[in-house]
Amino acid sequence: MSLIQPIEEGYKRELTDFNVGDTVKVYIKVVEGDKERLQPFEGIVISRKGGGIRETFMVRKISFGIGVERIFPLHSPSINKIEVLKQGVVRRAKLYYLRDRKGKKAKVKEKRRTTVAKT
Amino acid sequence: MTSILGKKIGMTQIFIKGGKIVPITVVEAGPCQVIQIKTLEKDGYEAVKIGFIEERKRKKMPNPIKGIFKKAGTQSFRVLKEFSMDGLNVGDIIKADIFSKGDIVAVSGISKGKGFQGVMKRHNFKGGPGSHGSMHNRAPGSIGGSSSPSRVWKGIKMAGHMGSKRVTTKNLTIADVRPDLNLILIKGAVPGAINGIVEIRHQRKIRMSNQV
Repeated sequence: MSLIQPIEEGYKRELTDFNVGDTVKVYIKVVEGDKERLQPFEGIVISRKGGGIRETFMVRKISFGIGVERIFPLHSPSINKIEVLKQGVVRRAKLYYLRDRKGKKAKVKEKRRTTVAKT
Repeated sequence: MTSILGKKIGMTQIFIKGGKIVPITVVEAGPCQVIQIKTLEKDGYEAVKIGFIEERKRKKMPNPIKGIFKKAGTQSFRVLKEFSMDGLNVGDIIKADIFSKGDIVAVSGISKGKGFQGVMKRHNFKGGPGSHGSMHNRAPGSIGGSSSPSRVWKGIKMAGHMGSKRVTTKNLTIADVRPDLNLILIKGAVPGAINGIVEIRHQRKIRMSNQV
Protein backbone atom coordinates (compact mmCIF):
# COMPACT_ATOMS: atom_id res chain seq x y z
CA MET A 1 0.00 0.00 0.00
CA SER A 2 2.98 2.28 0.46
CA LEU A 3 3.13 3.17 -3.23
CA ILE A 4 -0.55 4.05 -3.39
CA GLN A 5 -0.21 6.56 -0.58
CA PRO A 6 1.84 9.20 -2.43
CA ILE A 7 -0.76 9.19 -5.19
CA GLU A 8 -3.67 9.59 -2.82
CA GLU A 9 -1.88 12.32 -0.88
CA GLY A 10 -1.59 14.37 -4.04
CA TYR A 11 -5.36 14.51 -4.38
CA LYS A 12 -6.20 15.18 -0.74
CA ARG A 13 -7.47 18.57 0.33
CA GLU A 14 -7.36 20.32 3.63
CA LEU A 15 -10.81 21.57 4.44
CA THR A 16 -12.43 22.70 7.65
CA ASP A 17 -12.70 19.84 10.08
CA PHE A 18 -16.18 18.86 11.17
CA ASN A 19 -17.89 15.99 12.93
CA VAL A 20 -21.10 14.05 12.65
CA GLY A 21 -23.93 16.13 14.13
CA ASP A 22 -22.53 19.45 13.02
CA THR A 23 -24.58 21.79 10.92
CA VAL A 24 -22.54 22.71 7.89
CA LYS A 25 -22.83 24.78 4.76
CA VAL A 26 -21.14 23.17 1.78
CA TYR A 27 -20.34 25.42 -1.15
CA ILE A 28 -20.40 23.36 -4.33
CA LYS A 29 -18.98 24.54 -7.62
CA VAL A 30 -21.65 24.31 -10.30
CA VAL A 31 -20.75 24.78 -13.95
CA GLU A 32 -23.53 26.20 -16.11
CA GLY A 33 -22.48 26.55 -19.70
CA ASP A 34 -19.11 28.21 -19.38
CA LYS A 35 -19.90 30.00 -16.14
CA GLU A 36 -19.12 28.68 -12.71
CA ARG A 37 -21.01 29.60 -9.58
CA LEU A 38 -21.23 28.42 -5.99
CA GLN A 39 -24.28 26.60 -4.74
CA PRO A 40 -24.60 26.25 -0.98
CA PHE A 41 -26.08 23.16 0.64
CA GLU A 42 -26.84 23.55 4.31
CA GLY A 43 -27.74 20.73 6.66
CA ILE A 44 -26.72 18.31 9.39
CA VAL A 45 -23.86 15.90 8.78
CA ILE A 46 -25.38 12.49 9.48
CA SER A 47 -22.53 10.22 8.46
CA ARG A 48 -18.87 10.10 7.55
CA LYS A 49 -17.72 7.01 5.71
CA GLY A 50 -14.58 5.53 4.27
CA GLY A 51 -10.98 6.51 4.72
CA GLY A 52 -8.21 8.24 2.88
CA ILE A 53 -9.13 9.67 -0.48
CA ARG A 54 -12.36 7.65 -0.51
CA GLU A 55 -13.88 9.38 2.52
CA THR A 56 -17.38 10.74 2.02
CA PHE A 57 -19.90 12.57 4.20
CA MET A 58 -23.66 12.79 4.07
CA VAL A 59 -25.56 16.01 4.68
CA ARG A 60 -29.28 15.97 5.44
CA LYS A 61 -31.63 18.90 5.25
CA ILE A 62 -35.35 19.46 5.07
CA SER A 63 -36.21 21.27 1.89
CA PHE A 64 -39.84 22.43 1.54
CA GLY A 65 -40.95 19.68 3.92
CA ILE A 66 -39.05 16.94 2.10
CA GLY A 67 -35.90 15.39 3.49
CA VAL A 68 -32.94 15.74 1.14
CA GLU A 69 -29.64 13.94 1.66
CA ARG A 70 -26.52 14.54 -0.35
CA ILE A 71 -23.32 12.55 -0.23
CA PHE A 72 -20.10 14.42 -0.96
CA PRO A 73 -16.63 12.98 -1.45
CA LEU A 74 -14.64 14.76 1.25
CA HIS A 75 -11.69 15.51 -1.03
CA SER A 76 -13.74 16.41 -4.10
CA PRO A 77 -12.35 19.39 -6.00
CA SER A 78 -15.91 20.55 -6.69
CA ILE A 79 -16.31 21.54 -3.04
CA ASN A 80 -15.24 25.15 -2.73
CA LYS A 81 -15.44 25.40 1.05
CA ILE A 82 -17.23 24.00 4.08
CA GLU A 83 -18.53 26.26 6.83
CA VAL A 84 -19.35 24.83 10.24
CA LEU A 85 -22.39 26.75 11.47
CA LYS A 86 -23.18 24.75 14.63
CA GLN A 87 -21.43 21.99 16.49
CA GLY A 88 -23.71 19.22 17.66
CA VAL A 89 -23.63 16.88 20.61
CA VAL A 90 -24.19 13.34 19.41
CA ARG A 91 -23.63 9.89 20.84
CA ARG A 92 -23.38 7.87 17.69
CA ALA A 93 -21.40 7.92 14.46
CA LYS A 94 -24.35 7.67 12.11
CA LEU A 95 -27.45 9.78 12.67
CA TYR A 96 -29.78 7.74 10.47
CA TYR A 97 -32.43 7.91 13.22
CA LEU A 98 -33.10 11.50 12.16
CA ARG A 99 -34.82 10.15 9.06
CA ASP A 100 -37.66 8.76 11.14
CA ARG A 101 -38.16 11.94 13.12
CA LYS A 102 -39.98 15.12 12.35
CA GLY A 103 -39.95 18.67 13.68
CA LYS A 104 -38.42 19.31 17.04
CA LYS A 105 -37.45 15.66 17.56
CA ALA A 106 -35.26 15.77 14.49
CA LYS A 107 -32.97 18.29 16.14
CA VAL A 108 -29.42 17.72 17.31
CA LYS A 109 -28.42 19.29 20.60
CA GLU A 110 -25.97 22.11 20.09
CA LYS A 111 -22.63 22.04 21.78
CA ARG A 112 -22.44 24.80 24.38
CA ARG A 113 -19.84 27.44 23.92
CA THR A 114 -18.22 26.62 27.26
CA THR A 115 -17.63 23.03 26.23
CA VAL A 116 -16.20 24.19 22.93
CA ALA A 117 -13.76 26.39 24.77
CA LYS A 118 -12.62 23.48 26.94
CA THR A 119 -11.83 21.24 23.99
CA MET B 1 4.80 -0.57 -30.29
CA THR B 2 6.05 0.15 -26.82
CA SER B 3 5.70 -2.28 -23.96
CA ILE B 4 6.80 -2.56 -20.37
CA LEU B 5 6.60 -5.01 -17.49
CA GLY B 6 5.06 -3.96 -14.23
CA LYS B 7 3.87 -5.06 -10.83
CA LYS B 8 0.28 -4.47 -9.80
CA ILE B 9 0.25 -2.39 -6.63
CA GLY B 10 -3.48 -1.99 -6.09
CA MET B 11 -6.44 0.17 -6.84
CA THR B 12 -7.60 3.56 -5.66
CA GLN B 13 -9.43 6.53 -7.09
CA ILE B 14 -8.48 9.98 -8.28
CA PHE B 15 -10.38 13.12 -9.12
CA ILE B 16 -10.32 14.58 -12.61
CA LYS B 17 -11.51 17.89 -13.97
CA GLY B 18 -15.06 18.70 -12.94
CA GLY B 19 -14.78 16.70 -9.73
CA LYS B 20 -15.37 13.36 -11.42
CA ILE B 21 -14.01 10.28 -9.67
CA VAL B 22 -12.03 7.84 -11.76
CA PRO B 23 -11.13 4.34 -10.50
CA ILE B 24 -7.49 3.58 -11.20
CA THR B 25 -5.05 0.72 -10.89
CA VAL B 26 -1.57 1.63 -9.74
CA VAL B 27 1.16 -0.34 -11.52
CA GLU B 28 4.82 -0.09 -10.68
CA ALA B 29 6.24 -0.26 -14.19
CA GLY B 30 9.92 -0.72 -14.84
CA PRO B 31 12.69 0.13 -14.94
CA CYS B 32 13.22 -2.77 -17.33
CA GLN B 33 16.43 -3.57 -19.13
CA VAL B 34 16.87 -5.02 -22.58
CA ILE B 35 18.60 -8.40 -22.25
CA GLN B 36 18.55 -9.71 -25.79
CA ILE B 37 17.50 -8.70 -29.29
CA LYS B 38 16.12 -11.59 -31.32
CA THR B 39 16.46 -11.25 -35.07
CA LEU B 40 14.81 -12.88 -38.04
CA GLU B 41 18.10 -14.26 -39.32
CA LYS B 42 19.28 -15.82 -36.10
CA ASP B 43 16.12 -16.73 -34.19
CA GLY B 44 13.49 -16.87 -36.91
CA TYR B 45 11.45 -14.02 -35.45
CA GLU B 46 11.97 -10.52 -34.15
CA ALA B 47 11.60 -9.72 -30.50
CA VAL B 48 13.13 -7.83 -27.62
CA LYS B 49 13.70 -9.67 -24.37
CA ILE B 50 13.41 -7.44 -21.34
CA GLY B 51 14.04 -8.10 -17.67
CA PHE B 52 12.18 -6.70 -14.69
CA ILE B 53 12.79 -6.74 -10.92
CA GLU B 54 16.42 -6.99 -9.94
CA GLU B 55 17.44 -10.43 -8.67
CA ARG B 56 19.79 -10.52 -5.74
CA LYS B 57 20.12 -14.23 -4.92
CA ARG B 58 22.33 -15.04 -7.84
CA LYS B 59 23.61 -18.30 -6.36
CA LYS B 60 20.26 -20.03 -6.70
CA MET B 61 19.90 -19.21 -10.37
CA PRO B 62 20.22 -22.10 -12.85
CA ASN B 63 23.30 -21.92 -15.04
CA PRO B 64 21.53 -21.46 -18.41
CA ILE B 65 19.72 -18.41 -17.07
CA LYS B 66 22.91 -17.06 -15.56
CA GLY B 67 24.42 -17.28 -19.02
CA ILE B 68 21.74 -15.02 -20.49
CA PHE B 69 22.69 -12.20 -18.19
CA LYS B 70 26.40 -12.86 -18.56
CA LYS B 71 26.09 -12.54 -22.30
CA ALA B 72 24.06 -9.36 -22.04
CA GLY B 73 26.48 -7.94 -19.49
CA THR B 74 23.64 -6.79 -17.27
CA GLN B 75 22.53 -7.55 -13.77
CA SER B 76 20.16 -10.46 -13.29
CA PHE B 77 16.41 -10.10 -13.29
CA ARG B 78 13.61 -12.13 -11.83
CA VAL B 79 11.18 -11.73 -14.70
CA LEU B 80 12.01 -12.09 -18.40
CA LYS B 81 9.54 -11.50 -21.21
CA GLU B 82 9.72 -10.96 -24.95
CA PHE B 83 7.96 -8.17 -26.79
CA SER B 84 7.92 -6.97 -30.35
CA MET B 85 9.55 -3.56 -30.19
CA ASP B 86 12.11 -1.82 -32.31
CA GLY B 87 14.84 0.77 -31.97
CA LEU B 88 16.34 -0.77 -28.85
CA ASN B 89 19.79 -2.14 -28.02
CA VAL B 90 20.98 -4.59 -25.38
CA GLY B 91 21.40 -2.79 -22.08
CA ASP B 92 18.84 -0.08 -22.80
CA ILE B 93 16.60 0.82 -19.91
CA ILE B 94 12.86 1.14 -20.41
CA LYS B 95 11.09 3.36 -17.92
CA ALA B 96 7.49 4.22 -17.18
CA ASP B 97 7.77 7.48 -19.14
CA ILE B 98 7.56 5.62 -22.46
CA PHE B 99 3.83 5.91 -21.88
CA SER B 100 2.01 9.18 -21.53
CA LYS B 101 -1.33 10.31 -20.25
CA GLY B 102 -4.21 9.34 -22.52
CA ASP B 103 -2.48 6.41 -24.24
CA ILE B 104 -4.65 3.39 -24.99
CA VAL B 105 -3.06 0.16 -23.74
CA ALA B 106 -3.72 -3.53 -23.44
CA VAL B 107 -2.72 -5.12 -20.13
CA SER B 108 -2.04 -8.83 -19.66
CA GLY B 109 -1.59 -10.71 -16.45
CA ILE B 110 -2.28 -14.01 -14.75
CA SER B 111 -5.81 -13.88 -13.36
CA LYS B 112 -6.61 -14.76 -9.78
CA GLY B 113 -7.07 -18.50 -9.26
CA LYS B 114 -10.63 -19.51 -8.43
CA GLY B 115 -10.08 -23.26 -7.98
CA PHE B 116 -12.55 -25.88 -9.22
CA GLN B 117 -15.73 -24.07 -10.12
CA GLY B 118 -19.13 -25.07 -11.41
CA VAL B 119 -20.60 -24.01 -14.73
CA MET B 120 -22.56 -21.07 -13.32
CA LYS B 121 -19.48 -19.24 -12.11
CA ARG B 122 -17.09 -20.55 -14.76
CA HIS B 123 -19.16 -20.15 -17.92
CA ASN B 124 -22.00 -17.91 -16.77
CA PHE B 125 -24.66 -20.63 -17.17
CA LYS B 126 -28.08 -19.61 -15.97
CA GLY B 127 -28.78 -22.59 -13.69
CA GLY B 128 -32.23 -23.87 -12.90
CA PRO B 129 -35.12 -22.47 -10.85
CA GLY B 130 -34.31 -22.00 -7.19
CA SER B 131 -37.57 -23.27 -5.76
CA HIS B 132 -41.03 -24.68 -6.60
CA GLY B 133 -39.75 -28.22 -6.09
CA SER B 134 -37.02 -27.85 -8.67
CA MET B 135 -33.99 -30.00 -8.02
CA HIS B 136 -32.10 -28.61 -11.01
CA ASN B 137 -30.32 -25.78 -9.28
CA ARG B 138 -26.72 -25.22 -10.37
CA ALA B 139 -26.25 -28.28 -12.63
CA PRO B 140 -25.15 -27.84 -16.27
CA GLY B 141 -28.08 -29.73 -17.80
CA SER B 142 -27.73 -31.62 -21.06
CA ILE B 143 -24.26 -32.02 -22.50
CA GLY B 144 -25.25 -33.45 -25.84
CA GLY B 145 -27.32 -35.94 -27.83
CA SER B 146 -27.86 -39.60 -26.97
CA SER B 147 -27.42 -42.12 -29.80
CA SER B 148 -25.99 -39.50 -32.09
CA PRO B 149 -23.21 -38.66 -31.59
CA SER B 150 -23.01 -41.14 -28.63
CA ARG B 151 -20.24 -39.10 -27.12
CA VAL B 152 -19.65 -35.64 -25.75
CA TRP B 153 -18.35 -33.07 -28.22
CA LYS B 154 -14.91 -31.71 -27.51
CA GLY B 155 -14.87 -28.32 -25.89
CA ILE B 156 -18.26 -28.64 -24.15
CA LYS B 157 -18.39 -26.13 -21.32
CA MET B 158 -18.24 -28.00 -18.04
CA ALA B 159 -17.16 -27.47 -14.46
CA GLY B 160 -13.42 -27.35 -13.83
CA HIS B 161 -10.48 -25.22 -12.89
CA MET B 162 -11.04 -21.50 -13.26
CA GLY B 163 -8.62 -18.60 -13.19
CA SER B 164 -4.81 -18.62 -12.96
CA LYS B 165 -4.53 -18.15 -16.69
CA ARG B 166 -3.35 -15.37 -18.90
CA VAL B 167 -5.97 -12.68 -19.37
CA THR B 168 -5.69 -9.54 -21.49
CA THR B 169 -7.79 -6.46 -20.89
CA LYS B 170 -7.88 -4.16 -23.87
CA ASN B 171 -8.83 -0.53 -24.41
CA LEU B 172 -7.56 0.74 -21.08
CA THR B 173 -6.60 4.39 -20.80
CA ILE B 174 -3.54 5.66 -18.99
CA ALA B 175 -4.79 8.17 -16.45
CA ASP B 176 -1.38 9.43 -15.37
CA VAL B 177 2.31 8.55 -15.33
CA ARG B 178 4.66 9.28 -12.43
CA PRO B 179 8.17 8.72 -13.75
CA ASP B 180 9.73 9.76 -10.42
CA LEU B 181 8.05 6.81 -8.66
CA ASN B 182 8.04 4.47 -11.71
CA LEU B 183 4.27 4.38 -11.48
CA ILE B 184 1.63 4.17 -14.17
CA LEU B 185 -1.99 4.84 -13.29
CA ILE B 186 -4.40 2.91 -15.48
CA LYS B 187 -8.07 3.72 -15.62
CA GLY B 188 -10.10 0.68 -14.61
CA ALA B 189 -9.17 -2.79 -13.45
CA VAL B 190 -6.23 -4.89 -14.57
CA PRO B 191 -6.03 -8.72 -14.50
CA GLY B 192 -4.29 -10.48 -11.64
CA ALA B 193 -3.73 -10.21 -7.95
CA ILE B 194 -1.83 -7.50 -6.08
CA ASN B 195 1.94 -7.97 -6.58
CA GLY B 196 1.24 -9.88 -9.78
CA ILE B 197 3.33 -9.24 -12.88
CA VAL B 198 1.53 -7.46 -15.71
CA GLU B 199 2.53 -6.57 -19.25
CA ILE B 200 1.50 -3.17 -20.52
CA ARG B 201 1.47 -2.77 -24.28
CA HIS B 202 0.50 0.04 -26.58
CA GLN B 203 -2.58 -1.06 -28.41
CA ARG B 204 -2.38 -1.21 -32.17
CA LYS B 205 -6.07 -1.43 -32.88
CA ILE B 206 -8.13 1.07 -30.96
CA ARG B 207 -11.84 0.76 -30.39
CA MET B 208 -13.80 3.53 -32.11
CA SER B 209 -15.31 4.86 -28.90
CA ASN B 210 -11.83 5.45 -27.53
CA GLN B 211 -10.64 7.52 -30.46
CA VAL B 212 -11.03 11.12 -29.45
